[in-house]
Amino acid sequence: MIQIRNLVKAFGPKRAVDDISFSVERGEVLGFLGPNGAGKSTTMRMITGFMPPSAGSVSVGGHDVQQSPIEVKRMIGYLPENAASYPDMTVHGFLRFTAEMRGLDGEARKKAVHRVVERCFLDSVLHQSIDTLSKGYRHRTCLAQALIHDPDVLIMDEPTDGLDPNQKFEVRNLIRELGKTKAIVFSTHILEEVDAACTRAIIIDRGRIVANGTPDELGRPLDEVFRRLTLPDTVKR
Amino acid sequence: MREIRAIAKRELAAYFTSPVAYVFLVIFLLMTGFFTFTAGNFFERGEASLAAFFGWHPWVYLVLVPAVGMRLWAEERRSGTLELLLTMPVAPWQVIVAKFLASWVFLAVALALTFPTVITVNVLGDPDNGIIVAGYLGSLFLAGAYLAVSCMTSAMTRNQVVAFILAVVACLFLVLAGFNPVTDLMTRWASPALVDTVAAFSVVTHFDGFQRGVVDLRDLAYFLSVIGFALFATGVIIRGHRSG
Repeated sequence: MIQIRNLVKAFGPKRAVDDISFSVERGEVLGFLGPNGAGKSTTMRMITGFMPPSAGSVSVGGHDVQQSPIEVKRMIGYLPENAASYPDMTVHGFLRFTAEMRGLDGEARKKAVHRVVERCFLDSVLHQSIDTLSKGYRHRTCLAQALIHDPDVLIMDEPTDGLDPNQKFEVRNLIRELGKTKAIVFSTHILEEVDAACTRAIIIDRGRIVANGTPDELGRPLDEVFRRLTLPDTVKR
Repeated sequence: MREIRAIAKRELAAYFTSPVAYVFLVIFLLMTGFFTFTAGNFFERGEASLAAFFGWHPWVYLVLVPAVGMRLWAEERRSGTLELLLTMPVAPWQVIVAKFLASWVFLAVALALTFPTVITVNVLGDPDNGIIVAGYLGSLFLAGAYLAVSCMTSAMTRNQVVAFILAVVACLFLVLAGFNPVTDLMTRWASPALVDTVAAFSVVTHFDGFQRGVVDLRDLAYFLSVIGFALFATGVIIRGHRSG
């Protein structure tokens, strides 16, 4: 589903993403691990077509992101970092808007909104405006937005960040379940999530892939492997 | 097209769900009312026209239109929703056009709410309503030009206040280039051709015809090209942010 070849993103002299290649197939849940600033978000932004790559290519479902961005964006559901949404809208209004943007209307839109509201447990806050919601609900609203068109590919930037343990558990279960029929990439720096939700994990450090395999292949204990492969950001290059 | 409609609808709703829209409308109506009837000597003029009304528009819009346009992009960038919006299946130009149109419609609503002035002048005298219609059309394009400039400055920063100030300064230039006291000052040292060239960039010069009831294609072309250029620049600026 997702094919990434020699992807590079340079901000001035700094290479945030430095020549990475990997692919994700349907039915896979890829955990994207790495210390803060390793290039996880930047990579995801290039997959979703928000940022153009400096070099290399991304293709999703056979479409190149640069050449046919609209087709690629249709296939992707995206949960951006910090789960941004419009604070002045109600949950229902926001989901209706995103459904409309995804080309759904009439009965199909109603159904889609209903489906994600149920899936993300948003029933109780449906008509509340988003700025009055707790972080967990706000997160789930943005997640619902990513699922509204039942996309084949799901890209999630730290989907469990800032959630309480119960919510984390729920989100991981949801990811695992969705992963049976979709290609999912999600980033995290919580290592236990790898075992809880991923079929495969990639560890990235300073823009480069340092490990790629199933959680078992990466080695145990995971946090030791992680520390051995990546450098803390206090270390000078 | 569906996407443009969806975004424009959301933007327009965003104006009216916050009190800002109503505050704006009230201030706009108060200001146009004050300038027309008090500062513009509407009654003392003894003529049945809205010259006193439209004459002030380049100045009234100078602060009010940037206030409407400043949040368009700055707010999306600050809150991170820009990423959400631009990863939906829409082309950036569609988003730019949709946002512009939504705000323009909002300004058109504000302008339409000045209808009591039209009624007043029709009750008191026998004005040429063709001139009034042309005036409204010109005023709408004038607001559109300012708005497009405000879109552009809003895309430059994530701070709405900065966007506002930049827009006021840019629009002020568009006014002053053709403002009589300024052009008179310029004629002292510049050749008439140069003065005319500079004045040709001004909204005042091109708004003039509309106020006299003349809808000149050249004036329309001017406003449309200011709008087109500013929105194109908005696109360039947004692409620049995304490239990093």
